[in-house]
Amino acid sequence: MRLSRFTRGGFAIFAALVVTFLLGPLLVIVLFAFDKSNVQSLPIRHWTTHWFVVAFNDQAVRSSLWLSVKAGCAATLIALVLGTLVAFGIHRFRFFGRDTVSLMLVLPIALPGIVTGLALQSAFNIAHIDLSIYTIIVGHATFCMVVVFNNVVARLRRTSSSLIEASSDLGARPLQTFRLVTLPMLSTAIIAGALLAFALSFDEVIVTTFTAGAQNTLPLWIFGAIQRGQQLPEVNAVVVFVLILTIVPIAYAARISSGERSFGSAESK
Amino acid sequence: MTEPSTTRENATSSEQGILLRGITKRFGSHEAVSDVDLEVYRGEFFTMLGPSGSGKTTLLRLIAGFEVPDAGTISLRGVDVTGTPPYQRGVNTVFQDYALFPHFDVARNVAYGLRVRRVKRTEIVARVKTALEMVQMTEFATRRPAQLSGGQRQRVALARAIINEPQVLLLDEPLGALDLKLRQEMQVELKRIQRQIGITFIYVTHDQEEALTMSDRLAVFRSGRIEQIGPPSEVYERPASEYVASFVGTSNVIEVPDGRAVLRPEKIEISNGPRTEGRTYAAGSVIDVAYLGMVTRFSVRLDDGNTMTVARQNSSGGSQINVVAPESRVTLSWDLNDAFPLTSHSVVETQLGVQAKGAI
Repeated sequence: MRLSRFTRGGFAIFAALVVTFLLGPLLVIVLFAFDKSNVQSLPIRHWTTHWFVVAFNDQAVRSSLWLSVKAGCAATLIALVLGTLVAFGIHRFRFFGRDTVSLMLVLPIALPGIVTGLALQSAFNIAHIDLSIYTIIVGHATFCMVVVFNNVVARLRRTSSSLIEASSDLGARPLQTFRLVTLPMLSTAIIAGALLAFALSFDEVIVTTFTAGAQNTLPLWIFGAIQRGQQLPEVNAVVVFVLILTIVPIAYAARISSGERSFGSAESK
Repeated sequence: MTEPSTTRENATSSEQGILLRGITKRFGSHEAVSDVDLEVYRGEFFTMLGPSGSGKTTLLRLIAGFEVPDAGTISLRGVDVTGTPPYQRGVNTVFQDYALFPHFDVARNVAYGLRVRRVKRTEIVARVKTALEMVQMTEFATRRPAQLSGGQRQRVALARAIINEPQVLLLDEPLGALDLKLRQEMQVELKRIQRQIGITFIYVTHDQEEALTMSDRLAVFRSGRIEQIGPPSEVYERPASEYVASFVGTSNVIEVPDGRAVLRPEKIEISNGPRTEGRTYAAGSVIDVAYLGMVTRFSVRLDDGNTMTVARQNSSGGSQINVVAPESRVTLSWDLNDAFPLTSHSVVETQLGVQAKGAI
């Protein structure tokens, strides 16, 4: 498409504004995290890493971070297994209600978190299950599974089925085919799905609010701290930490799922 | 073809290649293959020819084991393999889209069949080398499939299949994606390799020219059934039906005293000279002239309303073309002995002919 210089300039400015709008607030938080003052105002007079030390030594922060990591890893693991299996099932077999199952799977991510959270809490109540790390994990797994499923099913759709047939034709038993052909073809999709799932779980607030008992995950601790309003500099430091912990896997996931060639000979021409 | 008359009853299992009996395959309500009997001999280059949807690819997939027939049996060298999964059949396939593993380089693609059968490493290396030499791809051993051209992928797919020394090699329109020149090169190449290794080839194509040039025998498919089986010359010269006649080569269907007959374009002469005894003559006007290099093809509308296609070799330079210009009046002549009658019995006759030949 050929655009005039004027139009192109206009688009560039608009794009810059959008990016600023999206990322500007994050930058402000990062800046304030290094502000020595208790009261946050610009310009920043004294720089410090003091708040990071405070946050690091805060037992509440530590235990909530540890809980978040545990819950995130467990939810991701469950999502990996279930999401991949479901993707295979949906892709490979035609059965009654297949589209409905497909829809129901992605529902947790489409529904407002508050609905999912409330529904889970009620269900746990009725079943007399006490809220704990396990209920958090179950809650997170519901939507983590969706991203794994979406990634894997998309890859399966792009993969030529003749590769599986070729493997079988050349003498590979089903398990050998899975190990040598299917899994390598899906690996990057599975990893990308897992990284996204972990990132989603790690910063989840709403569903966690309903499924966590007395314990706090890191986002819940941040949420509470902001409401109390007494530890704002420390919160900033923690947020910067979370930011880094979330961006890294997402950036990596984006890179491995876009940088590679797509599988299937029809596409590799 | 419900009678197993196309098979050699006296064939022993050791000379048998593939034997199909009463094979039927349905997809939903559609019958893709209907009650097919077929024998392919050992070491033969056998072609399954037909338009898309005629069942030839389905039959190939049944032989490979990717599909299980609804009825009938498939045996390989006398062993029933109807229910055997693909990975336990002594059959390998060259896929239409090559189906090379994108995450392996050429050498590992070719080695795959040996690797999954746990062949010793040193032996794998040696056999991969031989296979790549055979298809002249040695220098590309470390390339990924994505870095190869269509013709090169074709060669790798071939090497990957023949390295396993299958009893039968199945080729599903392997040259379909290549351009004309490359296709003709690969046709020669495939024949050379087939002679060299002596494996039975079953070749699926919709290209009648390919089928005629490459095959020892060919089967013409029509909506899930085999219309005719025979050597190329026989299928061409003595088509069993109007369908075969029109699908294999160009043909004219003419009225003869006892019915209808097929007359090939090259059997007709354009002659304005004196008439000879024993030939049939018909007058008409030329409606189209197409220069095809080796031959010139004329379309002539006869005075009785029929249109005939005539082929004449361009043997005496280009001057001949101008002799017969469009719109000009011509007389066509042919020998009735060259016309192959299409009777209701002709199918059976051809089958018997094949049987006789097969027994030689």
